[in-house]
Amino acid sequence: MNILMTGMSAVLCIAMLGAALLAIRVKGDDSLPLSILAAGLVSLFASVLFLILAAPDVAMTEAAIGSGLTTFLFFFLLARIRGTAQTVDKNDGSALDGRDYD
Amino acid sequence: MIKRFITLLLLAGIGAIFASLLFTYVPDSELNRTADYYAGHTASDIGAANIVTAIIVTYRGLDTLGEVTVLFLASSIVGLVLSLGQKQHKTQRNRVAVGELLTTGSRFLAPLIMLLGVYVFVNGHLTPGGGFQGGAIIASGMLLLLLADPLRHFSHTLIATLESFSGLSYVALGVLGLFMAGGFLDNRILPTGTLGELISAGAIPLIYSLIGLKVGAEFSSMLASLSETEDLK
Amino acid sequence: MIYMAMATGFLLILIGFYGALTNRNLLRMIVAFTLANTGVNIVIVAIGYMHGRTAPILDAAVTASAAAARIIDPVPQALVLTAIVIGLGVTALMLAYAYKLYERKGTLDIAQYTDLKW
Repeated sequence: MNILMTGMSAVLCIAMLGAALLAIRVKGDDSLPLSILAAGLVSLFASVLFLILAAPDVAMTEAAIGSGLTTFLFFFLLARIRGTAQTVDKNDGSALDGRDYD
Repeated sequence: MIKRFITLLLLAGIGAIFASLLFTYVPDSELNRTADYYAGHTASDIGAANIVTAIIVTYRGLDTLGEVTVLFLASSIVGLVLSLGQKQHKTQRNRVAVGELLTTGSRFLAPLIMLLGVYVFVNGHLTPGGGFQGGAIIASGMLLLLLADPLRHFSHTLIATLESFSGLSYVALGVLGLFMAGGFLDNRILPTGTLGELISAGAIPLIYSLIGLKVGAEFSSMLASLSETEDLK
Repeated sequence: MIYMAMATGFLLILIGFYGALTNRNLLRMIVAFTLANTGVNIVIVAIGYMHGRTAPILDAAVTASAAAARIIDPVPQALVLTAIVIGLGVTALMLAYAYKLYERKGTLDIAQYTDLKW
């Protein structure tokens, strides 16, 4: 049991570090969604790690807030900034456009 | 180049501090005195099975009030910043044809998600979870509605009313504790009951439900003000 | 296991700082800050963990009288719970400012913000 838990947390830690490096190192114009998703993945792994560290309250908060709402806030903003073309369905984009900013 | 060097130097310094913290850290084998007090007295004084909830709502209740206030400030500043300079002339926003499946599905799921949120914060004193988690789950239900219909407008009046009602009742319950029990936000204004039952732990379920409503309203107002911004190109 | 979690937390803080200092895209800097935030939370929860003990919730297995010898430290957990919620508030605030800056300048690259340079 204990060895299983230790092994699981080792895998989680390595996966978290990998996802974090991916989130800040990935390059290119279209890489922002990937970066945001990788940060959300770090939060999700962190919530499992909190559960292993006997903190179920924190795990629940992290899963609901850290990996759920934060990721969606980022995507909301990204959709606004990108003019919806790349992140939202084409159909929505054409209806929501029609505004010129100077 | 020099910038990169300075950055790496700074990170190496912080890393050295972290390494010395990590290698000299010795885990405690006993609870420290504060934690020992909380562990020993929660059941008899507060009557809540979840000690973290007892700390958040009663022992450190004033901090939680401050935290909810910070969250309120954050959500109002988000609303203020995003509405500043918003161009007023409303263009005709076309109705997007959302699929029937998506609409029906979100209508079916959103009340269930909100019910789960309510369950989480009503049971905060017994099981893991509580006002903050429940509030976040309620806001996720709102998010589902927003995603299914991007042009939906939430009533800001309703959100603001809910938010101020729960905030005021929260403070009022705290002041009631000042007169009827040991101090501000004392939960013993109601009988503590038996440990482990739904109606127990004095005012904790009531206070945590109010916190849950307040947090849910604040997160929903953040989401709503972000979704009401215009596309930039 | 404590040391492993703690080391991961510290490394996440360092990765977050590195990302915030070297990236020029405002959104990516905010992502890096949320990473550092997660790292701090992991470190604080790891400090509260004690080997062979269980979560601070009383039930039939962990009775009130035996609680002090069976549960882990609940105080860091309460702190981190607060920190996560405030973290979302701070992130939302940063995102709102980023949106406003993009609206004004039309770019998220901080190298293009030259107002205060001379």
